[in-house]
Amino acid sequence: MTTNTRPVAQRIRVRPRNKANLIIQATLIGLLLLTLYHLATFDSRGISPIEGIAKTLESFRTLFFEPRLKNVSLGEMLYALSITVAMGLLTTIFGAVIAFFLALGAARNLAPRWLNNLITGGTAFIRAVPTVLWVLFFAVAAGLGSVAAVVGMTFHSVGYLIKAYAESFEELDAGVLEALRASGASWWQTIFQAVVPTSASALLSWTFVRFEINFSTAIAMGAVAGAGGIGFDMFMASTFYLDLRELGAFTYAVLIFAIALEWFATRLKGGLGARV
Amino acid sequence: MQYDVFRQRRNQRLIFFGVLIALTYGSMVLTAFDPVAGLAAIPRAFIWGASNFIPDESAMRRLPRILERLQETVLVSISSATVASALGLVVAVLGANTTRPHPWFSIPTRAIASIFRNVDVSVWALVLLFSFGQSGYTGFFALFFVTFGFIVRVMIETIDEVGTEPVEALRASGASYMATISQSVIPACLPQLISWVLYMIETNIRSATLIGILTGTGIGFAFDLYFKSFNYGAAGLVVFVIVITVLLIEALSNTIRRSIL
Repeated sequence: MTTNTRPVAQRIRVRPRNKANLIIQATLIGLLLLTLYHLATFDSRGISPIEGIAKTLESFRTLFFEPRLKNVSLGEMLYALSITVAMGLLTTIFGAVIAFFLALGAARNLAPRWLNNLITGGTAFIRAVPTVLWVLFFAVAAGLGSVAAVVGMTFHSVGYLIKAYAESFEELDAGVLEALRASGASWWQTIFQAVVPTSASALLSWTFVRFEINFSTAIAMGAVAGAGGIGFDMFMASTFYLDLRELGAFTYAVLIFAIALEWFATRLKGGLGARV
Repeated sequence: MQYDVFRQRRNQRLIFFGVLIALTYGSMVLTAFDPVAGLAAIPRAFIWGASNFIPDESAMRRLPRILERLQETVLVSISSATVASALGLVVAVLGANTTRPHPWFSIPTRAIASIFRNVDVSVWALVLLFSFGQSGYTGFFALFFVTFGFIVRVMIETIDEVGTEPVEALRASGASYMATISQSVIPACLPQLISWVLYMIETNIRSATLIGILTGTGIGFAFDLYFKSFNYGAAGLVVFVIVITVLLIEALSNTIRRSIL
């Protein structure tokens, strides 16, 4: 038996003990402990998880295999969907236009450092506030409805797109900028002759990604913040009519549109080296 | 006629902006968005916020209660992301081209993941209200579904990107399926996976706030409660606490990301 201890001592160390591996292990253990702590102290309000999961599967069956409309017609549902799409589109376009100009100030290679820091700091704050809170915040001044939803969603989109656009601008080859500046081009000329043409496809991809996000957010805002559209109908089907089958029909409408968007975004993302 | 590149470019630009303006106008009509009211709302909201949203003495006394709610939200974001990622990794291994046990696994795993991530988290919450009511489970599972769908998708991409050659090498040397997965695929994908889990935790905290309003849990519920009872000082404190938390978590995950990727 004692002879068996020899190979263990001489085993080759497959994974070197460097800083990266230590941090990976520490992160994994940290996440695991926090998860266990949360599951142990779960606020279940007297609901058994096993029963709940069984009921959820039952809900899924109704939702996906027996959809039908009752309180709204097919035309009304498509109209509600188009309102939600329009809200996503509008906030994306507003957000993109505003973010484009502010991102020029946030890019390190295009604007002075103090302006970079000012804009990046401001956008970090804007992004840290969840969209729904922005919408409710503006609802105080404009009332619950589409105006507050559009302004609030635009705010969050601007924060997101400034960061994305500025990073795309910063990828521009420094030599190109230098050459244009040396030949006496004005600041706006360098922007529209060099910066915009080179980063156009990345800007387009990021804007489209944001449109996907805004479409989902518009559903949520319809449900939570009175923004109308299909989200509101889903909220009514779920909490007022308690009608899973109608909710299923709405879910299909939303799902088909979202999958089409995602498919299209994957095509577009060729221009996008970075992550989602 | 000579080919005029400048005229062509100008025409393209005109068409692009024409379509954009038409889309904007159409969307404004559909959503009944009034740009004047929208613009007017911004300064009004900020002036109002500056005088009402500042946490006062009585709001500070609610801080312990708010932090308790915040803890609930942060924990549910972390635990749902962690559990969903562990499960998502397993499903991604089954679905990825390089590691699937059989070609038939590919399409079902991708389809299920696609449904889970393309239905918005608020919609999952509305569905789960039927089975879990206004309990913590509703938020947990809604976040779980979306994270799961997302992780399966990105991990399939990651496995196919980093795994092909090592898997081939190990297979050629006679390693078993389980050994190939545990010794090569998972270690190679772990940094990417952690990076995505951290990203999903950040996203989940924002989504959890929204779901909290629907299900009456966590920090979202605290905000909704104070906001609707006109206790704006406390609502402002909730926003402040959320911003600090999100920024802290973002900073922490950026630090972790920088040292592992």
